[in-house]
Amino acid sequence: MAELTYRDAVAAGIAQEMERDESVVFLGEDIGAAGGVFKATVGLLERFGPDRVRDTPISEQAIVGAAMGAAMTGLRPIAEIMFSDFLAVCWDIIANQIAKQRYMTNGQVTIPLVIRTGNGGGARFGAQHSQSVENWAMAVPGLKVVAPSTPADVMGLMAAAIRDPDPVIMFEHKALYAVKGEVPDTEHVDTLGTAKVLRKGGDVTIVALAAMVPKALAAAEQLQAEDGISATVVDVRSLVPLDTETIFREVKNTGRLVTVEENPRLCGWGAEIASLIAEECFYDLDGPILRITTPHIPLAAADNLEDHMIPSAARIVEDIRNAWD
Amino acid sequence: MTDKSKTQSKTKPPPTADNDDIGEETRLKLFKAQLECRHLEKRAYDLFLQNLIKGTSHLGLGQEAVAAGFGVSMRPDDYTFCTYRGHNHTLVRGVSMTGILGELMGRECGLMAGKGGSMHLTSVEHGAMGSYAIIGAHLPVAAGAAWSAQIRGTGQVATCFFGDGTTNIGAFHEALNLAAVWKLPVVFVCENNLYMEYTAIEDVTAVKFPAAGRAAAYGLDSIVIDGNDADEVYRAAVTAHAKARAGDGPSLIEALTYRHGGHSRADPAKYRPDGELEAWLARDPVPLYRQRLVDYGIDETVITAMEDETIAAVDEATEAAKASPRPSTDVTETEVWADGGSSWRN
Repeated sequence: MAELTYRDAVAAGIAQEMERDESVVFLGEDIGAAGGVFKATVGLLERFGPDRVRDTPISEQAIVGAAMGAAMTGLRPIAEIMFSDFLAVCWDIIANQIAKQRYMTNGQVTIPLVIRTGNGGGARFGAQHSQSVENWAMAVPGLKVVAPSTPADVMGLMAAAIRDPDPVIMFEHKALYAVKGEVPDTEHVDTLGTAKVLRKGGDVTIVALAAMVPKALAAAEQLQAEDGISATVVDVRSLVPLDTETIFREVKNTGRLVTVEENPRLCGWGAEIASLIAEECFYDLDGPILRITTPHIPLAAADNLEDHMIPSAARIVEDIRNAWD
Repeated sequence: MTDKSKTQSKTKPPPTADNDDIGEETRLKLFKAQLECRHLEKRAYDLFLQNLIKGTSHLGLGQEAVAAGFGVSMRPDDYTFCTYRGHNHTLVRGVSMTGILGELMGRECGLMAGKGGSMHLTSVEHGAMGSYAIIGAHLPVAAGAAWSAQIRGTGQVATCFFGDGTTNIGAFHEALNLAAVWKLPVVFVCENNLYMEYTAIEDVTAVKFPAAGRAAAYGLDSIVIDGNDADEVYRAAVTAHAKARAGDGPSLIEALTYRHGGHSRADPAKYRPDGELEAWLARDPVPLYRQRLVDYGIDETVITAMEDETIAAVDEATEAAKASPRPSTDVTETEVWADGGSSWRN
């Protein structure tokens, strides 16, 4: 095992697949010579050359459109959209074209591409460079959606996304890029559509995603130590496909569900999970479902304001305590 | 006639066997392609009036020469990307009429089993890589297919058809810039039929020629052709395809043409000035090309036989599509994913 940062694990996952499969190509703004604005793609241009690692103009529609056309005709492109907020600039191509082309043509084309994008808050960038928009992608039939929380997961899920024959939106969390973790030295390929149980407890099941996962784990430790509340923590990892088996099993074990979501409240991914639990596990519940989310407000920039809005370990603890009282 | 249509009226001597860069065989292909488009599209209109085609439809009546000229110039493994007004461009790749009419009618025999409809005709096995119904989206996609051909070194060229209205949306400019910078083997073909939808393109565009007038911004030649003359279209297509195949990058071609009907089924096209349609009907590409074949010396019986054969083929396709059942509702849950299914959970 080697210790890598989350950002280095991004490059490691891409490099592993580009080495293995010459149909894998990579395009985006500042990804090559500059190594990415988050330094998550350093070294790829030097290693694989400018034919396969292409710096593009600031043209998000051209980036994802070209990725689609290339994917339809034999390549496996990875397209970077620098900030997930910018998905709005090319949403037609993603939501109307990439997501629907296979279905509309009754399976005449496959679109094996990955759109990887920096998602989430915590960097004091303000409302247009900090959003968690995984729920946008989740709402569109035809897109697979993953959001890893650790270096090992980002590498393994990147490899799985690249090998997958369908379009995958990979939400990398900007606040996690500097986080370090163990990554296998050998070829590492994970499985889309699988959640992970990171902590086992008997009282409540906390379901979290991306940067909310370490916060949920910290909250679980505090609840155990200070309140005697024993929490299971599930890292959803993949919103589409969704591992309902693991989530249902863990909710049934504790009888309580708490979702911790960075996306704004309305139609956040946790709402879908809450709905599924209410429909299919109602009689296993011992109490109301609790959703902890960023409020339904654009994110503010100042550090104390942003910290106030995005769920923190302290807020998770407080909200769960309140629900217990 | 508008100023623009005057610019395309040129008097050329009829080609003869001694003075012909196109050749009889190709001329007959160009005529046949236009005939097939014309009669299939007329049939689509009739089937609409009979309520056998539902929804909407955007007919290419009057614009056949553009699809024919480019279609005949393509290699079988080349890629076509077109718009919701894409019946002609799909048909000229050799796609079955039954598959097209069946798709328009929502029948099992349709190209996509009824899941796409009139605005999304696709036949990948013929290189018809899709009809795209949101303005501009397919220009970057065509550029991507060209990028793929460039990387794979296949010599394939992508031809991307769109209307004049597309020239005012961002994706047009992003795609042209990227294609020019990366020297991609893609040919962008603007069919300027004078109207974006219901509004005259000249009323909402800063330059006289909506596509060609922007070419210089991407370091491309400004090319305007008579889109109602299949020979002129074919020559432009051959030149652009050869340039792309040689690795010399993209072309942007503006073909001046006219749609005989409204934007879509719902549009009676009352915004057109008196006499405009009649003036363009006098330059209808299909009779124009028929006369050229006669002048060229093709026997009238050969031409008539071709016309009869085309109408018979359209009749046969119509009956086959009518006889085809509605698709099973089971298909609604297939082919979201490459595994053939639609599951989003375990």
